[in-house]
Amino acid sequence: MIYNRIISSGNMVDLAISLCGIKLRNPTILASGVVGSSVEMLKRLDNDVGALTLKSIGPKSRAGHNNPTFVEYESGIVNAVGLPSQGYEAYEEELKEISKVNAPVIISTYGGSKDEFVMVCDAVAKFKPALIELNISCPNSDKHGMLFGIDPDSSYNIVSSVKDSLKLMGAVYGKIPVIAKLTPNCNDIVSIAKACEDGGADGLTAINSVGPGMVINIEARKPVLSFKRGGISGPAIRPIAVRCVYDIYENVKIPIIGTGGVTNGRDAIEMMMAGAVGIGIGSGVYYRGVEVFKSICNEMVDWMEKNDVKSVKDLVGVSHE
Amino acid sequence: MSRKNGVVVDEMPRVKNVDGCFSDPEINRYLSAPEMLKIVDIIEDNSSKDNSVKTFFLEKGLGKGMDAKPGQICMVWIPGIDEKPFGFSSIGEQLSISVCRQGRFTKKLMEFKKGDIIGIRGPYGVSFSGNGKNICVIAGGIGMAPLMPLLRSIKDRNPVVIYGARSKDDLSFTKELKEYDIHFCTDDGSKGYHGFTTHKFKELIKKSLDLGERIFDYIYTCGPEIMMKYVFEICEAYRIHCEASLERFMKCGTGLCGHCNINSYMVCKDGSVFQSEDLRKMGDLGKMARINTGKKVTLKEYHEWRS
Repeated sequence: MIYNRIISSGNMVDLAISLCGIKLRNPTILASGVVGSSVEMLKRLDNDVGALTLKSIGPKSRAGHNNPTFVEYESGIVNAVGLPSQGYEAYEEELKEISKVNAPVIISTYGGSKDEFVMVCDAVAKFKPALIELNISCPNSDKHGMLFGIDPDSSYNIVSSVKDSLKLMGAVYGKIPVIAKLTPNCNDIVSIAKACEDGGADGLTAINSVGPGMVINIEARKPVLSFKRGGISGPAIRPIAVRCVYDIYENVKIPIIGTGGVTNGRDAIEMMMAGAVGIGIGSGVYYRGVEVFKSICNEMVDWMEKNDVKSVKDLVGVSHE
Repeated sequence: MSRKNGVVVDEMPRVKNVDGCFSDPEINRYLSAPEMLKIVDIIEDNSSKDNSVKTFFLEKGLGKGMDAKPGQICMVWIPGIDEKPFGFSSIGEQLSISVCRQGRFTKKLMEFKKGDIIGIRGPYGVSFSGNGKNICVIAGGIGMAPLMPLLRSIKDRNPVVIYGARSKDDLSFTKELKEYDIHFCTDDGSKGYHGFTTHKFKELIKKSLDLGERIFDYIYTCGPEIMMKYVFEICEAYRIHCEASLERFMKCGTGLCGHCNINSYMVCKDGSVFQSEDLRKMGDLGKMARINTGKKVTLKEYHEWRS
């Protein structure tokens, strides 16, 4: 368990953060679609991370794309897994178990329309996740995700509809914070961020994967991914993620989970200085394994100790004047 | 460029040479991207039968998979069709995978000829430890294939091999296996012991006990999951350590997406080889498996879906 560490001077370095009113033991957050394909998989990491995001849950059973769904290139990875889901109804038995997970659980949802988003969110809210994350940014389906997140109006509509519906369900459900995960593959991510904030979003995750991109194998003379195009992740996209977080932070008041190519403590600190309070880690698990969360926390503490920073909260947004 | 510590240590330029290679051969080998390799040789067991097994030997290429250890897997890509995991049936100087017709993908792969190319990336997963003094290797059906590299590496320890299948035409590697202390088993009695590998296994254990000899201290197994479950249970009863090579429907193959899970384990990354300590914690072993939507179904439904 990584709360804090007593450093050489005898003082404590504090990694705890507060995200939408929820206390996280450290800022690391498992990103959606990584390891957490099911609730029982979350238990692999529930002692290491600050919070865990489940694989996005959709309105009905969906297989996702055939393989290959993953390919690496020199500077990153490209994926087109394609939003496989049991559908929220089939998933209900397993969702009951989120209360047994030893860290706050974020349920990510997707839908093919505003109504489907509301339907899925209403259903999953019953299991009282710590947060609900709206996937309006996945680039790997023609009918979901990014389709909504590239337009401020549709982003606003989805956020406000979900928020209104949860409030109607009752005080307990209305209190569940709703965050929107944003795509960088739009004209102006700040306008999307503002639209989500206006719609009532309690927070934002920036960013989802970049592109879409493509890798062609020249001996096979074909794109590698079966969907041909996929979202790019990894260290190559980190400057895009950092810039998005930085710009969004200047323009909204709600907290940001900074996600995109963070693989070590320095990257995490960079993202926090850009304005993120939580750090989403996805491809980092590919590069460093499931130990990455512990490693990043230790590396953050090492840096904070050397640079006389006592609490990780003191790093948020400091790169702004 | 090493990413083992997460810290990038790189004195070489991070760009490819004209021939597609990086200066550092580590990068060529470890990049999770398929390399198209020619099939240089094919050996077929039981060629006249529906259940024939083809072993495809691959050209060396840039070295992908050349450092594979026994029990590791690769992801095999047929462009335009799909990409699926296979255990290596030969490692070291020449790689091979062994295939029998089980579903749409393997049906296509069985049509491939010498000179055709397939995409390979890997090796992935945990390998067999190679531990043990009195070793018994228990295989069922096509499960013998990924055990062959292990067998070759422990030959000097005279392992006992129990290898079962439905009938004699479902057994492969029979010529090479004659060099080992081999007990063939068939459900229909057409070759060797008439019965299951698990019956033969118990019989051998009881025989050792009756003679006052030491029983096996280490079991390696690969085959139908229900067989492996029974093998594991016998091992638990006699306090023998067990290593089982499991499989689940896989997407990324690299421990990222989490879809190939058995309970809290990812088969591609925490396995495919699992130890007794892990097998004990797998409530789904021999019972349930997830299909491509993530839905958990019975093992029987899972196999019907995969075929």
